[in-house]
Amino acid sequence: MRYLTDRKRAEGKGASGTGTEHHWFMQVSAVGLAFLIPTFLFIVGSALGQGREAVLETFANPFVAILTGLTLYVSMVHFNKGAQMMIEDYWSGSLRKGLIMFVIGLSYTIIATGLFALAKIAL
Amino acid sequence: MVQLTLPKNSRMVTGKTWPKPEGATNLRKFQIYRWSPDDDKNPQIDTYFVDLDDCGPMVLDGLIYIKNKIDPTLAFRRSCREGICGSCAMNIDGHNTLACIYGMDEIKGDTVKIYPLPHTAVVRDLIPDLTHFYAQHASIMPWLETKTNRPAKEWRQSIEDRKKLDGLYECVMCASCSTSCPSYWWNGDKYLGPAALLHAYRWIIDSRDEATGERLDALEDPFKLYRCHTIMNCTQTCPKGLNPAKAIAEIKRMMVNRAV
Repeated sequence: MRYLTDRKRAEGKGASGTGTEHHWFMQVSAVGLAFLIPTFLFIVGSALGQGREAVLETFANPFVAILTGLTLYVSMVHFNKGAQMMIEDYWSGSLRKGLIMFVIGLSYTIIATGLFALAKIAL
Repeated sequence: MVQLTLPKNSRMVTGKTWPKPEGATNLRKFQIYRWSPDDDKNPQIDTYFVDLDDCGPMVLDGLIYIKNKIDPTLAFRRSCREGICGSCAMNIDGHNTLACIYGMDEIKGDTVKIYPLPHTAVVRDLIPDLTHFYAQHASIMPWLETKTNRPAKEWRQSIEDRKKLDGLYECVMCASCSTSCPSYWWNGDKYLGPAALLHAYRWIIDSRDEATGERLDALEDPFKLYRCHTIMNCTQTCPKGLNPAKAIAEIKRMMVNRAV
């Protein structure tokens, strides 16, 4: 039980001063992914069914390697920030913070793993 | 936080079916949410029959008929009866609206189902507790903020600048939009909701207001503003035909424009 005025309850701790950067990043990354994902899928699709050597050769191409790396990075950071927003909607308290930390860790682990594999193929 | 089920003491049960008015032939069935804080009973859905030959065409007319002629204990807010005061906002036929400007003939099916505004604490029957909603509105400083010395006559505004307030100033704070917004249901403690944000935008774009930066600063927050996911329930349900989602999008655009 807390004796707070209605106004104090509505004001809370005030504005955190963040949010626009997150909003802008989601817009920019969404536009970027609208180009990256179809191109990436086209390249992966054309590599499907080919032998191992041909696939390795495709991903060793600098353009394809950079495109794949960009797609991986941008999509995972987009996922990370989008999932954070979803978690903030659905959960609260310590569970919210824990899940956000997990999602951030998961997305950067996937980025690191993917870039490592890509480097092994391309370099 | 999201709540997908009602608490045990909020689950509705079938209530009383009131007798039909004697001699009436043109009847409309009403099913109305009833809850009283005076006992420990769960909310119940009571059934009434309204004589349409002895009643006006709006849903509020039906409610007033019930209160006057069938059950005087039915509680609901009403005042102007013409969509100006915003008092009689309630959920009618699954749609948040004003009972005074919602015609019974607009409802498909033979039953008029009426509940209080969704996801609000209920004071009694169809009366929601809007304390927090009003406090949020007050928090956006819904008044003209100026720093320049007061002019001798008046704060002047061009016709073009005045036109920018159209579609914003008409809001009657009925809370239909905010209580139809899932983001507001789940994070209403921190998210200001469409109504307060529409009012915030109304003052942000007022050419006479000199606190634009402070107003934007106060909204720069992942919850206060950016909990809006453009679901558009607010715009769809607004009984005055306003577009709170557009106002929120405009605030976001202004935020980006001042940062990028």
